[in-house]
Amino acid sequence: MKRPVFLLMACVVVSIFVFAFLNILLGSVSIPAGAALKILFGSADQPQVWQNIIWKSRIPQTLTALAAGAGLSVSGLMMQTVFRNPLAGPSVLGISSGASMGVAFVILLSSIGGHALSKMGFAGEIALTVAAIAGSLSVMALIVFVSQKVRGNVTLLIIGVMIGYVANAVIGVLKFFSVEEDIRAYVIWGLGSFSRVSGDQIVLFVCLTAILLPLTFLLIKTLNLMLLGDGYARNLGLNIKRSRMLVIAASGVLVAVVTAYCGPITFLGLAVPHLCRAIFRSSDHRILMPASLFVGASMALACNLVARAPGFEGALPVNAVTSLIGAPVVVSVLFRKRKTELAE
Amino acid sequence: MGKETIRLENLSIGYREKNHTKLVAGPIDASINSGELTCLLGANGVGKSTLLRTLSLFLPKLEGKIFLLGKEISEYTEKQLATVVGVVLTDKCEIRNMSAEDLVGMGRSPYTGFWGSLGKKDREIVRESIEMVNITHLAGRMVHTLSDGERQKVMIAKALAQQTPVIFLDEPTAFLDFPSKVEIMQLLHGLTRRTGKTVFLSTHDLELALQIADKIWLMDKTHGFSVGTPEDLALSGTLSGFFARKGIVFDKETGLFRIEGEYARRISLAGHNVRYAMVRKALQRNGILAGRSVESDWLIEITRDEFVFRRKRPGERIGGPDSPVLTPEDLSASSGPEKEIRVTTIERLLEVIGSTVCYSGPCR
Repeated sequence: MKRPVFLLMACVVVSIFVFAFLNILLGSVSIPAGAALKILFGSADQPQVWQNIIWKSRIPQTLTALAAGAGLSVSGLMMQTVFRNPLAGPSVLGISSGASMGVAFVILLSSIGGHALSKMGFAGEIALTVAAIAGSLSVMALIVFVSQKVRGNVTLLIIGVMIGYVANAVIGVLKFFSVEEDIRAYVIWGLGSFSRVSGDQIVLFVCLTAILLPLTFLLIKTLNLMLLGDGYARNLGLNIKRSRMLVIAASGVLVAVVTAYCGPITFLGLAVPHLCRAIFRSSDHRILMPASLFVGASMALACNLVARAPGFEGALPVNAVTSLIGAPVVVSVLFRKRKTELAE
Repeated sequence: MGKETIRLENLSIGYREKNHTKLVAGPIDASINSGELTCLLGANGVGKSTLLRTLSLFLPKLEGKIFLLGKEISEYTEKQLATVVGVVLTDKCEIRNMSAEDLVGMGRSPYTGFWGSLGKKDREIVRESIEMVNITHLAGRMVHTLSDGERQKVMIAKALAQQTPVIFLDEPTAFLDFPSKVEIMQLLHGLTRRTGKTVFLSTHDLELALQIADKIWLMDKTHGFSVGTPEDLALSGTLSGFFARKGIVFDKETGLFRIEGEYARRISLAGHNVRYAMVRKALQRNGILAGRSVESDWLIEITRDEFVFRRKRPGERIGGPDSPVLTPEDLSASSGPEKEIRVTTIERLLEVIGSTVCYSGPCR
């Protein structure tokens, strides 16, 4: 049975707007909806505090969540397709571990050198971002290199997981030699957050994802062919090695950028593609790619909303929320799928 | 017959590893014609899949040349090859949430544009391909809900949608029930006739291949490589040489193989038609060699509605029309029921024969 794709897609897009508006509206300081709308449309006659809260805090956070959710989900979808493994996600190839390792080097080593990063402010933030990107891209380069040498996808997947373990071991050693405050700073980075990206960097971050995401759409036909398995894909004219490298690189860069700005956000990348397949009942990437993008953005906004819900006051780490919301959703989707299959 | 589309010259196949090459088979010299169904037969591990993988460029060849439509295969780019060779593999496509029609549509990929969307003409070709393999009723079904045989047909439709002059199939009849095997083979044979395509497949279904294939390629470790029509191979004794072993004999009359155990007893048969063949088959299964020219003191007469089991009388021949006539002395040596026994089913006949001690006599 085919689903009404456009209608569903429209619903998801509407949900993005709703969640985005709620993200702007709700928070520890209550701003009336009318006032929030007026501020959004550029009116300057509202209280300065409200304007600051909305423009300097809530909108950046909303945009970050939007871009991060979309990026991670699309990246997860590509990983699952290229490895033909439903458990693949941005974190399995060790790419997020690579980012963590880069960050760990900066946060934890700096204290050994005598300059605690936790006291360096803005320069430290930049250093973090650069380190995360450098860490994840170097792991990704390694994986791309290995992908040219290794034939099987499973082997490659296992090698990725192993690289992740090595990265985590290095982090462990670094932690062991670090001072307590830095470890705390590192742990907090590791919890993930959409509110870390500040004013200037938000523009860069959103621009990066806005450029990278459309680029991944160029791989749609490749991804569809990959669904058939290596043999059939090759027979239909696909250069397997090059395509595999391209897809891994594209999804790796996306993860690297998102992780650098938000920390390792778990689960979205794994769960959203499954959710999309279940909602749209399709494995066609012409549908799944935009679907993952939209659903991912919507999910990230929803998670951010929960993380900031009254009572938590921004205290809940996003990672906890993505997993707490994501896991039951995925399980319920899988259960429902099993039932419909039995009925067929 | 058709034109030569594929020619192998001095081809060696195998695997090239870091410091040594593992030769699987070769050198092979052979050709495949268009409009013909060619079947590749051989025991497990003899290199059938390796040959197919080499021909479809999944594996590099070790030595020699492969000419595809007159052009050496390595001169084709991947994109060009995709429009010349279509494959159906043993890989089970584990795609969820894709309709059979969409999967067949993937066969159009070498022709579609950047996004892989099907145009009007593509959809027309997909529809024709689906009709050609008679799976119109499956078009809307999700691939993961199809049976193995149905999925195999979808993959064949995919290869048709690819519109290649050559189609390779790796064991397309494996894991299928017998009617589906026959259906797939007949379908492929029909395709070669209707479309003039070159179809080359590997299979373990010897009997089917011998009956349906236009040409047979035999691969064997000890006997090497042989090519020919099934009939030529049967006449030259190549087939029996390839597959004959204890328990399997090549029946030259039918051109097919037969399972044969050791015979403990012999019984002459008189009769014809299906009833004759069925009695013969049932007795052979039970270790009794039976037939018109089988020499025995005992006889089963097969009539329209009865099987009559009795001892031969003096004056009847011991075996076929040229065999000696039995004398009363000959017959006195064997023991058994004196009266003839009439039964109507083969099951009953087997029981009667089983309880008869005819083989204590001279079972000649």
